[in-house]
Amino acid sequence: MFRVKVFVSLKADVMDPQGQTIGNALHTLGFNDVREVKVGKYFVLLIDSNDKKKVEEEVIKISKDLLSNPVIEDFTYVIEPDSKSDKGAN
Amino acid sequence: MKFGVIVFPGSNCDTDCYFALRDVIGVKVDYIWHTNQVSKDYDCLLLPGGFSYGDYLRPGIIARFSSVMRSVIEFARSGGLVLGICNGFQILLEAGLLPGAMLQNRSLRFICKYVHLKVENKNTPFTRFDKSILRIPIAHKQGNYFIDPDGLKRLRDNQQIVFRYCTPEGAVTEEANPNGAVDNIAGIINEQGNVLGMMPHPERASEAILGSTDGRLIFESICNFLQPTLAGET
Repeated sequence: MFRVKVFVSLKADVMDPQGQTIGNALHTLGFNDVREVKVGKYFVLLIDSNDKKKVEEEVIKISKDLLSNPVIEDFTYVIEPDSKSDKGAN
Repeated sequence: MKFGVIVFPGSNCDTDCYFALRDVIGVKVDYIWHTNQVSKDYDCLLLPGGFSYGDYLRPGIIARFSSVMRSVIEFARSGGLVLGICNGFQILLEAGLLPGAMLQNRSLRFICKYVHLKVENKNTPFTRFDKSILRIPIAHKQGNYFIDPDGLKRLRDNQQIVFRYCTPEGAVTEEANPNGAVDNIAGIINEQGNVLGMMPHPERASEAILGSTDGRLIFESICNFLQPTLAGET
């Protein structure tokens, strides 16, 4: 079993009004060294497999086809073994 | 002449579209539920506004994978007329039938108000009328149209930009842009010229009592476009 974390956020050249608003609020609170805020989405997937390479291929496809819109968004991911869920399953 | 209004869970302008077509324009129209397929005998399909599937993940993305969309895509690819309004436009973008994507409005607010639209391309099945400035309401939070510079150039070169937000006098200005859309874009058409997506709601501007009848021009245009074909068939 693998625990996969997928992060989706707007591309660098796409305006992010929500991020800008949060950035402005942080400046108001005195966090003046905050240069930029980007808002995104965070997904956690539990994938039943022993083959990390296959999981990675699948995660890229999932992220491109559904979780992100490639016109405006980029994604990154982290794949970790999830031993807790494996024990639970046994 | 037969129209179909696609209904997804969460569509909320389907009845308005149905009413505008059947009662105001006077054409045959059916509702098509999202689990069904589109039969071959339709002349034009409408994807209405609303919040299909609760806008979960992104507006339009879940609807894009619903079973009816397979036949909508096939219908569009074979040249059938498709009009996506608001959430319907968002679905057409996610389905790849139109280029670009929607971002949240620049103001981060849901905007519901009348806007003015400059008709930039009158050579489409949807814009066969004389009027060049329309007054039609918008109602959305994700209508900030985005496309990269290359894509924008392609839209311009192919005259795919059909409606742009403008002042009542027809000037396309930053102040007249309600949501931050690239190039004040309110509606675009595909390269083949049979699939139109627009954020404003023509069905909400189809009767004088609603404050404008400019939306009716779009539905009438579709009928005028379809009529000769039908006359030839019968």
